[in-house]
Amino acid sequence: MPELPRKKVGIIACSGEELPEGTVSRLAALRVLEQLRPGKTVTICLPLFLAGGEGDRAFARTHPTIALDGCGKRCAFRGTEIYSHRPAAGFVVTDLVAQHGLEQPQGCRKLDTAGMRAVELVANQVAEKVDELSGGDWGRRASMQEAPEGGTEAPTCACGSRK
Amino acid sequence: MTDMSGKVAIVPCSGIGKTFGTVSRVAAYQVTEDDRPKKTRLVSLAMLVMGDPESKSTLAESPAITIDGCAMACATKMVGQCGGRIAREFAVLDVFRRYHDFKPQGIADLNESGEKLADALAKEIDIEIDNLTSHEEGGHHA
Repeated sequence: MPELPRKKVGIIACSGEELPEGTVSRLAALRVLEQLRPGKTVTICLPLFLAGGEGDRAFARTHPTIALDGCGKRCAFRGTEIYSHRPAAGFVVTDLVAQHGLEQPQGCRKLDTAGMRAVELVANQVAEKVDELSGGDWGRRASMQEAPEGGTEAPTCACGSRK
Repeated sequence: MTDMSGKVAIVPCSGIGKTFGTVSRVAAYQVTEDDRPKKTRLVSLAMLVMGDPESKSTLAESPAITIDGCAMACATKMVGQCGGRIAREFAVLDVFRRYHDFKPQGIADLNESGEKLADALAKEIDIEIDNLTSHEEGGHHA
């Protein structure tokens, strides 16, 4: 029996440039995409839901997604839900840092040691969620039930440009 | 014309999957933190996507310089959709064409060439900011 290709999990990070936690979200997403779960994940830029075409907006309707937000504004989760489809899971960096008693990350441009610890924590949690979602249980109905849990997750670049 | 505090909004690409997105972000940090901190303000694209009132207010009051990492031009499109006034659009690819020797690599961390490309881009943005703010000063004087 032929093995069907697995559906990739999309990771949508807030990437907020103004907060250290935004940098944590970006680097954690990259770590999942490049190191922890390469081949299982892709990412889409949040602004592409507005700046791109219908294909971009349909992304989360056809892929399980994980929203990875830096702060309680949850731009990635809410933006994905409004413009595409409710993410299957969500993580908020500030919540995870508080829950695990980590030091506050510092440095938007270059994270300090505490920030890199947060990246490791968040990336590992996202990777676990990727495994869960790519196990075949994901469905649109299921995605309607799961709320953010101090964080979210998603995939690699879907815009198609080469650089 | 700049806003009351004389700042120019800098809006970089927020892409995390490509090297050029990182170049745009590194250049934006250099301009807003090192080169022209008193004349600029960094505006996050994610906030614009969500219609953040403060970010929209900044764009309503200030000219914007956008930095796009790919042909989708999300930064320029989003600022336009939010009613912002774009003083100048930069595309990393265009800058790369002017500095062929600087071949950027890496996303989480740029290689040395990527850092040089970001520096070259930042310096071009600095010049634009100086032009914008000198026009503003001249306008007030007149």
